[in-house]
Amino acid sequence: MKAVELNNVSMKYNEQCVLQNINFSIEEKDFMAIIGPNGGGKSTLLKIILGILTPNNGEVKVFGREPKHARDLTGYLPQNLSFDRDFPINVYETVLTGRYHGLFKGYNKNDKEAVLCALKNVEMKDLIDRQISKLSGGQMQRVFIARAIVREPKLLLMDEPMASIDPEMQRSFYELMSQLKNKMAIVLVSHDVGAVSTHVDKIACLNRELFYHGPVENAADGLEEIYHCPIDLISHGIPHRVLREH
Amino acid sequence: MLEFFQYQFMQKALVAAVLVSVACGVVGSYVVIKRIVSLSGAISHAAFGGVGLGYFLGVNPVLAAIPFSIASAIAIGGVKQKVNISEDTAIGILWSVGMAIGVIFINLTPGYAPDLFSYLFGSILTVGNIDLYIMFVLDLIIIATVYLFRREFLAISFDEEFSKVVGLPALLIYMLLLALVALSVVVLIKIVGVILLIALFTIPAAISKQYTYNLRKLMILATIVGIILTSLGLILSYIFNLASGATIVMVLAVAFTISYYLKD
Ligand SMILES: Nc1ncnc2c1ncn2[C@@H]1O[C@H](COP(=O)(O)OP(=O)(O)OP(=O)(O)O)[C@@H](O)[C@H]1O
Ligand SMILES: [Mg+2]
Repeated sequence: MKAVELNNVSMKYNEQCVLQNINFSIEEKDFMAIIGPNGGGKSTLLKIILGILTPNNGEVKVFGREPKHARDLTGYLPQNLSFDRDFPINVYETVLTGRYHGLFKGYNKNDKEAVLCALKNVEMKDLIDRQISKLSGGQMQRVFIARAIVREPKLLLMDEPMASIDPEMQRSFYELMSQLKNKMAIVLVSHDVGAVSTHVDKIACLNRELFYHGPVENAADGLEEIYHCPIDLISHGIPHRVLREH
Repeated sequence: MLEFFQYQFMQKALVAAVLVSVACGVVGSYVVIKRIVSLSGAISHAAFGGVGLGYFLGVNPVLAAIPFSIASAIAIGGVKQKVNISEDTAIGILWSVGMAIGVIFINLTPGYAPDLFSYLFGSILTVGNIDLYIMFVLDLIIIATVYLFRREFLAISFDEEFSKVVGLPALLIYMLLLALVALSVVVLIKIVGVILLIALFTIPAAISKQYTYNLRKLMILATIVGIILTSLGLILSYIFNLASGATIVMVLAVAFTISYYLKD
């Protein structure tokens, strides 16, 4: 079964078309990056897959179900959050909300262990009692990454996970992703084409339309099309793969 | 004789202060952290429509305010789904239309509306035992609901979008929270009045928020702060013969200022 299937999906905000005729699918163990310029519709696409937004046209299936009914299978890292500056919640409680089971169902021992494990993975276990807004931007981002993976989802959607993450942590983030990719489909939205392309297996180039979707090796033309300039796929030091020259 | 009245008054004032402060401490904490202060202001003003309806139908205005303010809370929640009206605009409409409905019902009611002033600005002197019983029952409902839905309320207050993603019925829970705000409005209506009661939702919680980062502790602390300040306000209002709501608000404002400077 496919993790995600989109057929002819179009989305408009107030008559302005932000996604047009998107057809693509994500396999169960895909590790994919969605790349595109600002306003290209990447966040919108993730929200459609999550069932937060309903497209004007087309069909969306997540593990064969309506997106709203597949929520027990998805993990999500939002791009921006707005919450009260001194909201009374600590790191532990924040991640625990990712384990929500349903009305009148409390959190159990497994949930607590999963939270500790997720926090360990993002190296935030030491700050477990810290109030959330007393964290730096990057630390906060790590907590929200933990909240996304703590559900042990089958489909992990991350919107700009690298925002305000330092290089050291980026390395361990990709290490974590490579451990997780055997268990779930992972989709990253990123601007840093060079960094992301050395790690993921597939790329989707999105700017209102889907210009390319497939293995990283052949993505150069698609990237050129969405950014209107040639993009060097291996801008970050040692090439991990042999990529087409342009 | 005078002493007996004073004693009776003090007793009633203390009971009223506790009942009011439980609603404010618990629901007010959510109002502050979820930043729905102006929305709660709108619900409180809309409750006046229910008061007017009560006069018109000849039933207890406090009881009439319950369905009325809950309905207005749910209407706001419904508007949130429709993208073409902003919540801000809906608040403005609800705020004034609720008041207007109340005024028209009172106009239509023959004769003089007794206690009208107390519904607007609060008056402990008009609070009867029935009112205290109603407040008590509403407090129990509020506490039970918050206990049962504490996980959901925390999740939607912190990050509503994410709460949907984990399968939480966010809109329903949001409406439930607004319904609790509406019930709390009814608890407060006679003591502080619809015009001023938003101060009781916000100030005790805002003072307490400076001292704790745990929601449960915040609620408890806000309740205690509320009891102390509300009792003080009620006693002062009695001594100086002022509207109780206005006096309580002034006491809260002074306390907030002091706590703010003490903190630094
Ligand atoms: N709530 C909204 N109402 C109206 N228009 C919106 C809304 N959200 C997004 N848009 C528009 O939709 C388009 C796509 O937005 P989206 O957030 O999906 O882009 P993105 O690819 O995630 O961009 P970025 O790289 O900046 O995060 C933009 O042109 C934006 O202006
Ligand atoms: Mg985006």
